[in-house]
Amino acid sequence: MSAIRETADQVATLGEKYKYGFVTDIEMEVTPKGLNEDVVRLISGKKNEPEWMLEWRLGAFRRWKEMTEPSWARVHYPKIDYQNSSYYAAPKANPKLESLDEVDPKLLETYAKLGIPLHEQKLLAGVAVDAVFDSVSVATTFKKKLGEAGVIFCPISEAIREHPELVKKYLGSVVPVSDNFFATLNSAVFSDGSFVYVPKGVRCPMELSTYFRINASETGQFERTLIIAEEGAYVSYLEGCTAPMRDENQLHAAVVELVALDGAEIKYSTVQNWYPGNEEGVGGIFNFVTKRGDCRGRDSKISWTQVETGSAITWKYPSCILRGDNSVGEFYSIAIANNYQQADTGTKMIHLGRNTRSRIVSKGISAGHAQNTYRGLVSVHPKAENARNHTQCDSLLIGKSCGAHTVPYIESRNPSARIEHEATTSKIAEDQLFYCTSRGINQEEAVALIVNGFCKEVLQQLPMEFAVEAQKLVGISLEGSVG
Amino acid sequence: MLEIKDLHVSVGGKEILKGLNLSIGAGEVHAIMGPNGSGKSTLSYTLAGRVGYDVTGGSIIYKGEDLTALPTDARAAKGIFLAMQYPVEIPGVTTINFFKTALNSQRRARGESDLDAVSVLRLVRGKAAALKVPEEMLKRALNVGFSGGEKKRLEILQMALFEPSLAILDETDSGLDIDALKLVADGVNALRAPDRAMLVITHYQRLLNYIVPDRVHVLSAGRIIKDGGKELAHELEAKGYEQIIKDAA
Ligand SMILES: Nc1ncnc2c1ncn2[C@@H]1O[C@H](COP(=O)(O)OP(=O)(O)OP(=O)(O)O)[C@@H](O)[C@H]1O
Ligand SMILES: [Mg+2]
Repeated sequence: MSAIRETADQVATLGEKYKYGFVTDIEMEVTPKGLNEDVVRLISGKKNEPEWMLEWRLGAFRRWKEMTEPSWARVHYPKIDYQNSSYYAAPKANPKLESLDEVDPKLLETYAKLGIPLHEQKLLAGVAVDAVFDSVSVATTFKKKLGEAGVIFCPISEAIREHPELVKKYLGSVVPVSDNFFATLNSAVFSDGSFVYVPKGVRCPMELSTYFRINASETGQFERTLIIAEEGAYVSYLEGCTAPMRDENQLHAAVVELVALDGAEIKYSTVQNWYPGNEEGVGGIFNFVTKRGDCRGRDSKISWTQVETGSAITWKYPSCILRGDNSVGEFYSIAIANNYQQADTGTKMIHLGRNTRSRIVSKGISAGHAQNTYRGLVSVHPKAENARNHTQCDSLLIGKSCGAHTVPYIESRNPSARIEHEATTSKIAEDQLFYCTSRGINQEEAVALIVNGFCKEVLQQLPMEFAVEAQKLVGISLEGSVG
Repeated sequence: MLEIKDLHVSVGGKEILKGLNLSIGAGEVHAIMGPNGSGKSTLSYTLAGRVGYDVTGGSIIYKGEDLTALPTDARAAKGIFLAMQYPVEIPGVTTINFFKTALNSQRRARGESDLDAVSVLRLVRGKAAALKVPEEMLKRALNVGFSGGEKKRLEILQMALFEPSLAILDETDSGLDIDALKLVADGVNALRAPDRAMLVITHYQRLLNYIVPDRVHVLSAGRIIKDGGKELAHELEAKGYEQIIKDAA
């Protein structure tokens, strides 16, 4: 049964505005505010990291001190005081648990509120969950089944200790330490994140999902994710997040690296619902993320799907480096910006190999006073014979005070390349709303229905359980946008 | 069932309905005929509660309740249905999903429980077969790429599905081929019931051969200028609007 069909039910059950606005009352261990070499050493020490990892972090930190924050994105925010933030937080009882029964009930309660049914539903759904609560992973399920298949799925802090040869080989190989201001900061102070390794010829037996939560006030969150698919391997990874309601702006600067070797395929899906700030634009998460996939092998494929409804500011360009011949990169995106949210997001498709293909489908929805920018680069290098790109970039405006901007950059240095770009901008028509309401559908549900229809191509790319959640989010994030 | 008194409606600051009176009893079918631009669709949108159709005077009493302050979706839940002259396309939303959403919205507003996808599908299938709406159409995006006649048939299918108390059909017959016209008329006639009223807007007396009205009204320049039985439609066909309007003046 199509998940799209369930839209109505899903959306209708949602009443509250931002229902994930709560703070779990668990004792936190937080480093003092500020950033210097001692803080980097402290983070590394907390993780019992080997010396080489500490050196790597310190190298990044020294570079970061020389860098300046980028200002080219179409987003505006007060200057971030990097010395007024704390860079590490962990629940105090740092448990090593065999089963969920041992998990702090307060944590489980939080997950329940978030609708993350660690206990039963995920088990039933066959999803392994590496739940990252703030910075430390506290529960990992399905390890055994994955282990039998030879798949490694663990917190990256564990991978650094247990699989140093893999981490050394691939960490920073897609997003170099000095790639950009936020990625370099992340390299110095990353707290935790996920590590996935799928060996040659293995099709990962389940969807992998991690739920990230930001729960400590004024603590930057620096996730680090590394996914490696060996020759002929396949993996689908789901990332989803919600954050408690907070007044302070919280910085989030994650780095995600994907490596696909010959004939491998990685599908990476995100539903992002961090606190966007209130209706007046106060508070909310700053989300500055570097996500990049390297189609290193021939015939490999990397597919990004994202549903971005949260954060006060989003700065995010999941990209594909199409290095291997015949490799394929895909980017499917829904970006919703309401009230005073600012989103500057898009993708980069870098065609290096021959017969490489990329496809971009971007659906931007703006409401309230929001500004939504699609920024995309398609670059074809001289050796990329027969490169193909198709970009479809659609914007939907709700109301009069919002804005949609499309900034496509195209660089072609091979005459055989074929690059197609289509862009549309539309408004939710009054006659569509009238038609829906005349059939008994209330205004907000009608908006959600129409917007979900507009986003259908992207929603269809998501795994089932995420599609349902994403549809709900579309409804929630646009509440009050018409009327 | 419906009591409209001295109704004045403005659209975009311009008065379109200028003191319209109309009374429809339960179980009755009334027809409204009138030249282009006389205000027929304006009346139907006003009854459905479309935003921008400002009631500047008079009253609309439906089942004893004044409708004027009630939002569109609440009117639908109370059993008012408008089959539109120009049904609207909604890309990406499948027809069956739309039906389910609408049906359950109405049910919820009335305090009834939701129907699940399977029950909705079963319900829709039965009604769709009678109107010869192919199942394949239900899986397509609502009205997107549908022919004019298909859109109209889909409107009647929704009427059959929602079982309204007051159905307003705004030129449902235009764009229908002869066979479809009969199908639609059969569909409408099947819904005729002692507790249901219908208002049929049409330009052609042909439709009224199939859906035989209890009363016929002639609308001109925002007012009902003549009422009669079903024979009035024949008279209109023979004389034309101009003559009838002159006679009434
Ligand atoms: N937004 C508007 N601003 C000004 N005039 C309007 C507006 N909308 C409709 N009108 C006018 O109101 C009048 C009545 O229109 P309406 O659609 O009700 O006519 P109708 O009787 O349904 O005609 P038809 O037989 O062609 O369907 C027309 O003259 C139309 O131009
Ligand atoms: Mg009309």
